[in-house]
Amino acid sequence: MPTYRLRINDRVHEVEGEPADSLLSVLRYELNLPGSKYGCGEGQCGACTVLLDGQATRSCVTRIGAIGGKSVTTIEALANGDRLHAVQEAFLEVEAFQCGYCTPGMVMAVVGLLRTHPNPSEQDIARMLERNVCRCGTYPRIVRAVKLAAERMRATDHHGSQATDHRGSTR
Amino acid sequence: MKATEHRGSTQIEPERYELEEPIKYLFEVERREFFRVLGGGILVAVALAEAGAQESGRGGEQGRGPAPDLAAWLHIDEQGRITVYTGKTEIGQNIRTSLAQTVGDELGAPITSISLVMADTDLVPFDAGTFGSLTTPRMAPQLARAAATAREMLIERAATAWQADRAKVTLTVRDGRVLHPDGRSVAFGELTKGQKLTGVVAEKPATSSADRWTLRGQPVKKVNGRDFVTGRHQYTSDIGRPGMLHGRIVRPDANGATLGTVDDSKARAMTGVTVVRDGDFIGVVAPNERAASRAAEAIRVEWRIPEGLPTSETVYEHYKKTEAPAGARGPSPSLRASGPVVAGDVAQARAQAARVFETAYRIPYIAHVPLEPRAAVAEWKDGRLTVWTGTQRPFGVRSELASAFRIAEEAVRVIVPDTGSAYGGKHSGEHAIEAARLAKAAGKPVKLVWTRAEEFSGGYLRPGGLIEVKSAVDTGGRILAWEFDNWNSGASAIRTPYDIPNQRIQFHPANSPLRQGSYRGLAATANHYAREMQMDEMARALDRDAVEFRMAHLKDTRMRDVLAAVAKKSEWGKPRTSSKDRSLGIACGTEKGSYVATAAEVSKASGGFKVERLVVAFECGAIVNPDGLHNQVEGAVVQGLGGALFEAISFTGGRILNGTLEQYRVPRFSDIPPIEIELLDRRDLPSAGAGETPIVCVAPAIGSAVRALGPVSPALPVRLT
Repeated sequence: MPTYRLRINDRVHEVEGEPADSLLSVLRYELNLPGSKYGCGEGQCGACTVLLDGQATRSCVTRIGAIGGKSVTTIEALANGDRLHAVQEAFLEVEAFQCGYCTPGMVMAVVGLLRTHPNPSEQDIARMLERNVCRCGTYPRIVRAVKLAAERMRATDHHGSQATDHRGSTR
Repeated sequence: MKATEHRGSTQIEPERYELEEPIKYLFEVERREFFRVLGGGILVAVALAEAGAQESGRGGEQGRGPAPDLAAWLHIDEQGRITVYTGKTEIGQNIRTSLAQTVGDELGAPITSISLVMADTDLVPFDAGTFGSLTTPRMAPQLARAAATAREMLIERAATAWQADRAKVTLTVRDGRVLHPDGRSVAFGELTKGQKLTGVVAEKPATSSADRWTLRGQPVKKVNGRDFVTGRHQYTSDIGRPGMLHGRIVRPDANGATLGTVDDSKARAMTGVTVVRDGDFIGVVAPNERAASRAAEAIRVEWRIPEGLPTSETVYEHYKKTEAPAGARGPSPSLRASGPVVAGDVAQARAQAARVFETAYRIPYIAHVPLEPRAAVAEWKDGRLTVWTGTQRPFGVRSELASAFRIAEEAVRVIVPDTGSAYGGKHSGEHAIEAARLAKAAGKPVKLVWTRAEEFSGGYLRPGGLIEVKSAVDTGGRILAWEFDNWNSGASAIRTPYDIPNQRIQFHPANSPLRQGSYRGLAATANHYAREMQMDEMARALDRDAVEFRMAHLKDTRMRDVLAAVAKKSEWGKPRTSSKDRSLGIACGTEKGSYVATAAEVSKASGGFKVERLVVAFECGAIVNPDGLHNQVEGAVVQGLGGALFEAISFTGGRILNGTLEQYRVPRFSDIPPIEIELLDRRDLPSAGAGETPIVCVAPAIGSAVRALGPVSPALPVRLT
């Protein structure tokens, strides 16, 4: 089996596998990063969403052979130590979850969304999160959380006091 | 319901859908054992409430000497930390938080000092399961009584220490301390230090009435919310054990299929792979998940599928043909056939009626699609089996495991991590048995996570059903007769809340070609759909206002209140902004002690209709956590949208044809209209559960609204014909 060098959460890992093996499987079962969830394996539910060079990507249908030198960020690396990312803060504050199983993927998808749409309309949110399922049905709350996070991140960026890195988090 | 009388033993049995009867279990209260495990402090054990005992057929065991059945217990350690032990499971319904609120409120303790040990069969007393919206009406009052007992014990100890005469001085509790009116105070931890006190819950300890709640009634945040937004919470599928291997099952893709030929030579040749065969069971174990998946795919199996099974189109006739005779046991013991509920004389009433309405409603099977699929981690060690798994019935699954492996229940421990949702779909333990079978063969711990396809084909579904309704009205527009026959979908909320003098209502168990079981709200959704659509049809035909027509037949004030609330909030009766293309529909209902009314506004859209707005009024007695309740109601409404608009299992020959998330559509962001919710807080009424009932009126409200745009098919999902 070939070996792949994968850059994950700012660390390089060497992983043996078939090129078609999914990134999700590697994250969860080899690298002990179970924050990204398996929900469908079809790229339809978004519970496995990670950032690939800052872009929200479904890790369950991402083949390890196709990642190349791109940088992978998972939910485990989103917070800065104890300081939560603005999107995590907003989800917590609005309580935009029930069972929480979709939450890591949903949070990562929102981080990716806000990177390209810092001031998203409800239509933008619905369109860009369409393939993220919350079976508990907290969608209206998630929309509220996205708007709250967007507002705060814009305010921070506007003051120009903090730089934004590739994760979209403010440091 | 006064109008309805029962003839003989015609009472409809409450629907439960558990796949087997709850086991009997007596827990010995061993004081020394408790303190050995928990350390010193104060311990209060909660006897099983009588109602609960009767429900699970355990009434005869009550009061049998010194070993009463326990529902839960509460421990305050020598640092003042409070731990509550309960067999309930957290599946997203937020009871880890709402139960902590209840305990904190009665004890005068901050919520941060309380933790719950839930659903670990070695640590908590027996519990039949988390279903039926029973945690709030049953478990919460029991914990409140335990907490009130503990509070009394703490106050008593403080009074002794202060030599205070409690007849003259009122000692109170707040923030984990007992307070003296003169300003002195003492922390719970100081009172419990060095103690081994056991409390017995008094028959009626003084629990606070809702008007004196402080923590309850507040929108307290989820106690472990941070673990979810950081991905730190470990669901079953995230748990790892030393030396753990990964399993995969080779499963028939059709219900009722039996094993034909098997060729597992390729899988057996793979390095590190063990193939496990036992009767029709075929599974593989491998060092990692990818290898297990490759090995399972390499096994060639031919399954024999029984012939002549109905399809999703022909199943409704099949139900009628296979109807179980009255008194016979249905496919599940709890779905027993029973005689009809009868009042008056429907035949005679129909003969005198001015108009008769007859409709047959078809309810398809739908899937729970919990986002966390069934998963289990099994470990055999020193003759004991430990299984971590997401289930609503930890003790039921323990019993299933003990019987599958012919070992004592005491040799099995089931631990349920807070689970990635269930909606009634995780009552059974087949995945736990499968993981344990693989672990036994491999001699190492094994993790098994079902694929989404397995969830569809191997799990159970909300039953399909055929519901025939015949109703008759007199010349004055009063409903004279109501006949309601439900084949297969179930008896929950089958009776009508409307005041009708002549009734015949019957549930007919039948053969199901697919595996079926519990689902959020059980058959209440199907029965409400048929009943409310029939009410709507009559109101329309008689040119009566749908709210006024219902009110004319409703005596229950709680139902009238939610209906009036939703009519007001939805601006019922006012012309729509664009009345030609928009319409408003309405429905109301009750189940499990709570009440809901829903209004739906729809518009014409290409290919049918679009839901523009949903308005919901909900009442479940005194509200424990308004934000948590709002979340539950909104979530139930969103889930209800799926069944109303597009969810339906398509099948033939026992094989599901749309068993992927791509093919089986569940509600997504773009499907969600604005949802307005009004929660009626009845502090004068006991709190009822709320996780289920808000789902029941979504479909009929939408169906009613769509009917204003054109004729509607009497089937779910709602479609213009």
